[in-house]
Amino acid sequence: MKIFKSIFIIFMYLQVQSFALIEVDITRGNLSPLPVAVSDMSLDKDSQKAFEKILNKKNIGTEISNVVKNNLKQTGLFNPLNKDAFLQKPDIAHFKPRFEDWALIKAQALVTGKVTLVNEKLRVEFRLWDVLAGKEMMAIAFTTVPKNWRRVGHIITDKVYERLTGEKGYFDTRIIYVAEEGPKIKRIKRLAIMDQDGFNNKYLTLGNELVLTPRFSPTNQMVTYLSYFRNLPRVYLLDIETGIQEVVGDFAGMTFAPRFSPDGKKIIMSFAKDGNSDIYTMDLVNRVVERITNHPSIDTSPSYSPDGKYIVFNSDRSKYQQIYIMKNDGSNVKRISFGRGLYGTPVWSPRGDLIAFTKLHKGKFYIGVMRTDGTGERLLTENFYQEAPSWSPNGRVLIFYRETKTNTKGEGFSAKLWSIDLTGYNERLVPTKTDASDPSWSSLLNN
Amino acid sequence: MNLNKILKNVLLIFAASLILSACATKKVSDGQMQGDVYTGADTVEELAKGVPDRVFFATNETVLTTASRETLRKQAGFLRKNSKVNVVLEGHADERGTREYNLALGERRANSAKDYLMTYGISANRISVISYGKERPVDSGSNPLSWSKNRRSVTVKAN
Repeated sequence: MKIFKSIFIIFMYLQVQSFALIEVDITRGNLSPLPVAVSDMSLDKDSQKAFEKILNKKNIGTEISNVVKNNLKQTGLFNPLNKDAFLQKPDIAHFKPRFEDWALIKAQALVTGKVTLVNEKLRVEFRLWDVLAGKEMMAIAFTTVPKNWRRVGHIITDKVYERLTGEKGYFDTRIIYVAEEGPKIKRIKRLAIMDQDGFNNKYLTLGNELVLTPRFSPTNQMVTYLSYFRNLPRVYLLDIETGIQEVVGDFAGMTFAPRFSPDGKKIIMSFAKDGNSDIYTMDLVNRVVERITNHPSIDTSPSYSPDGKYIVFNSDRSKYQQIYIMKNDGSNVKRISFGRGLYGTPVWSPRGDLIAFTKLHKGKFYIGVMRTDGTGERLLTENFYQEAPSWSPNGRVLIFYRETKTNTKGEGFSAKLWSIDLTGYNERLVPTKTDASDPSWSSLLNN
Repeated sequence: MNLNKILKNVLLIFAASLILSACATKKVSDGQMQGDVYTGADTVEELAKGVPDRVFFATNETVLTTASRETLRKQAGFLRKNSKVNVVLEGHADERGTREYNLALGERRANSAKDYLMTYGISANRISVISYGKERPVDSGSNPLSWSKNRRSVTVKAN
């Protein structure tokens, strides 16, 4: 996987400082998405021919714009307008938009761009315009290898999103998950990775052994997960660039529920022995193992706070599954979930202020969030079965998986990935080629 | 005339289906579950002649029922007579719980079976334990009976 290595040459060649007149409020459920016109990237004849040959895409300018348009639509915050209504040609719009024409179709923001082939590389420049103020808000150019064209679309979306909402985007990111196939009683599971929008899907394991709960390192090149290799369930580390896997630690029992520490230097996980699961950490550099909890109950699903000082985890020390917080050395254990039902899979938000969780109450499963002291519980979605939320790197969106109920003959099982806004709006199916579960969202690749 | 006949048929089918569905629910409640612990024999195989290979648990529980202890005593008897046989205890959970917690729960269930075998004289080094959490159901149904069959610890010969 050379994607990480191919360095983007990003340079701002023009950054006009202007006060943003358009603003998108993302803190509420957005019921009237901002109308945006994403004009096709203009493409000269020679570049078009060259890219058609290299990428087998008839018009790479249109393709990149489509990536941007689709990303913006998925946020639920923007309403990309149908290009059939556009009056200006892409090249002229990029050079100097006639704002009256764009205002006429009710666009409030306009994205234009131009793609050229420069020394076998793909060069894109794009501009973001405030239609009502008649001003350029942003202009950026990128150069990269042609095969990274989808990433260019994602990076453009990140810039546009950040400029219009004031928060970092989450589009130039990937999802690692478990691809599932076969009957429910004999599932074949493989690790798979894809772009956040479902493209560039790739399988990382062959399906010979059961694999579960992959999680990205904050550094993005490593993944930790549970594998039943040789029928010994252990936590593994996988370098997604080289494909090299190794078992983490030589524990005399099952290790599971792994996650990285925020600095990527440690793995925190559960170790089960003689009917008791406790939480341990392993330093990936010196391989020193530390025991964090020591309690006869089940302690599992640990997740660090973004500053690394605290750990949220799942324990049944009060008889049933509840959420607890402790200091990173295991001291000051405090229960924070007190609502009705059972709570599991706590995950600390990258912003630090919220814990996302799965809740089971009266036979229904919920994905919800609460503050780190347990107050302000909000349930975002209810279903027959769903669990395992994972945060987008900006902490605005959660991805999780949902399973369907089978009929009386045991048929009709499926597992799919879904995403939902922190507001509880904009629930969406995340497209995958096969059934899917256990999603984990990477941080921004191009930070 | 014709309409009457159709109506009659519809009524008959309706009545029949009522009776049938009543039968179905009745069978579930007294035939195969006690509380929510599976007591049937549908999925049970034999570790040896007359020795059932698995025990079942209540939701979220790892406590052995009277029937489970009887099954495990039979298994212990078989293992005492066949001292060369080692076993793996495979602990499982139903699909109504989060994946990671269920892995821990399966491990705990297999270990409560292991502890019981040990009190009947089977040495710990003949027993290994593995948890599959909710990953290997025997019944793919999404109903209480199916779930009860899946909450289990299965004793499998290791050699």
